[in-house]
Amino acid sequence: MDHLIDNILFAIVLFAGVSFFILNVKKLVRNIKLGKSVNRYDNSKARWKNMALIALGQQKMVRRPVAGILHIFVYVGFIIINIEVLEIIIDGLFNTHRVFSFLGTLYNFLIGSFEILAFLVIVAVVVFWIRRNIVRLQRFWKPEMKGWPKNDGNIILYFEMVLMTLFLTMNAADYAIQHGHFTENHHYAIAGAFPISSYISNLFSTMNYGSLVIIERVCWWLHIVGILVFLNYLYYSKHLHILLAFPNTYFANLEPKGKFTNVEAVTNEVKLMMDPDADPFATSEDEGEPEKFGASDVTDLNWVQLLNSYTCTECGRCTSECPANQTGKALSPRKIMMDTRDRLEEVGNSINKNNGEFVDDGKTLLNDYISKEEIWACTSCNACVEACPVNIDPLSIITEMRRYLVMEESAAPTELNNMMTNIENNGAPWPYNQMDRLNWKEEA
Amino acid sequence: MSNNTLYVPTMAELMASGKTPEVLFWVGCAGSFDDRAKKITKAFVKILNNANINFAVLGTEESCTGDPAKRAGNEFLFQMQAMTNIEVLNAYEVKKVVTTCPHCFNTLKNEYPSLGGNYEVVHHTQFLNDLLKEGKLTVEGGTYKGKKITFHDPCYLGRANNVYEAPRLLIQKLEAELIEMKNCKQKGLCCGAGGSQMFKESEKGTKDINVERTEQALETKPEIIAAGCPFCNTMLTDGVKAKEKEDTVKVYDIAELISNANNL
Repeated sequence: MDHLIDNILFAIVLFAGVSFFILNVKKLVRNIKLGKSVNRYDNSKARWKNMALIALGQQKMVRRPVAGILHIFVYVGFIIINIEVLEIIIDGLFNTHRVFSFLGTLYNFLIGSFEILAFLVIVAVVVFWIRRNIVRLQRFWKPEMKGWPKNDGNIILYFEMVLMTLFLTMNAADYAIQHGHFTENHHYAIAGAFPISSYISNLFSTMNYGSLVIIERVCWWLHIVGILVFLNYLYYSKHLHILLAFPNTYFANLEPKGKFTNVEAVTNEVKLMMDPDADPFATSEDEGEPEKFGASDVTDLNWVQLLNSYTCTECGRCTSECPANQTGKALSPRKIMMDTRDRLEEVGNSINKNNGEFVDDGKTLLNDYISKEEIWACTSCNACVEACPVNIDPLSIITEMRRYLVMEESAAPTELNNMMTNIENNGAPWPYNQMDRLNWKEEA
Repeated sequence: MSNNTLYVPTMAELMASGKTPEVLFWVGCAGSFDDRAKKITKAFVKILNNANINFAVLGTEESCTGDPAKRAGNEFLFQMQAMTNIEVLNAYEVKKVVTTCPHCFNTLKNEYPSLGGNYEVVHHTQFLNDLLKEGKLTVEGGTYKGKKITFHDPCYLGRANNVYEAPRLLIQKLEAELIEMKNCKQKGLCCGAGGSQMFKESEKGTKDINVERTEQALETKPEIIAAGCPFCNTMLTDGVKAKEKEDTVKVYDIAELISNANNL
């Protein structure tokens, strides 16, 4: 009967863990849908290709080889070891032990490779921890990385270390039981290859059957519960990229990076202004509020930009490539993404608390999170977009905020206003006469 | 064949005599008004004249593409400029445009089509490569043979439009020694002028971007820093002055290098 209680308990834990995660995913999807519509469903062939190369194939990660290769260890480890999680779930629900062991040699190969990957994950995670905390790579110590973002990064690394250690210790105990010739052993058949944990099992050589089973069971439970906790930690951490990198690369912009969107509402107005036959008193088709130009808050951004913000894992490659940031300006593209997400969460929480309605809190993404100084420091050079391993586009958010500042608030820096006045009056950003445009020809 | 008279027909003149050029040379505001950039314009025209290219400019009918307004967030002004220019370009039935400015190049190529302006738009480094391939242009190695040249990728040519090889192929034709900066191509650092920064003071920081980029260029110990953008050119020239290297390191546009090499 003992095991039946175990199985029921496991089913409850599993159900609770998965349900709570689904609840948060629903919140996440709802929040992303607060964004404006943008068509990213075209050209599915190119989109699948991007996803395959950039998310699945880690193409942009390996541009920085050290971090890139270590990341591949953790990434492949994460994906492959999930096969083991499937076995754990079946074992947990149906009181089997190593249910896939009927696969024989293939099973040995699988368990063997999980072990090697688990070991590589530990190595990679330790190096990552050293890079963050001992070597103190600059990009992990920027102002926006103080407090929670810094702790979050470390917590994730600790999680991974503990999970992998539990997995290997569990296998080590299992190995010790399998090869221990215990007369009371009827449950643990010889199965699996243990290239790493067989070394750990040396520590258990003097233990009796009962103690080994306890170690094996405790590690088994902590490992699977740990995975469920980690799954639910994702929503509260920067670590959502392990899931969102895939849709994020799929829905990423496919146009040349230099091509900024042409605002359609503006096109209509400009056409009206330039058309001598247009009736200035004609009402537009859709009555109601005139469209707001640009973005001052998250709901003015499109849903892909909001998806971007949840996908960002705060690696800081964007910021380390940003010319403004490199030369000490306040702008950090990573902070733009972190602020967007924080504000979106704030808006989402307000919706949760107020029966599905957002109650104006007098705050906006622009000014309360992102300053004008940051917005105006951008050179629109696209280094951040190019650097992002999962194709996040901070520049498009900066551009929308500039549009809001200029077209809704007339709040451009004075020099830019002068430049724009020149363009309006003389067709050049400097105060030269358009009639002098060809003078260079005579100056040979 | 060095001669100082440039042949620069305008679209209006050609149209009046019933001719259509193969290509419109979009000079741009910098190329028309900025003293340093005008030299690039003239160098490019010399190459065009020498290769007997049937081209024209808009002259006084050309107006800012609207790029700096768009990057600053003024979509109204950008689209006003764009639609005005498109009316002119379409009236002349322009099919192909070449420009020495990557900002004009990007805007005309990417942002004009959805407003009704559909042209084949090429950067002058691409155009010159095509001339080489067609045998209309040859590049003399002599002047720059063995000289150390580093190339600064303009953001709006490189990352924005993935044009990295065209300028490099031309430098190699000069038989010069092309030395890459640590940050080049996709990882090239901006000169600091993009996104309308050319027209304003930079925000508070610890350093000017153009000085940072110039330092990266100087690390390669170049004799020449080659550029492909009038704004980059200005920023790097200022950077070289700030580092007091103007006597030993020159900043040239690729068009100037070819024009000089060919003694035009």
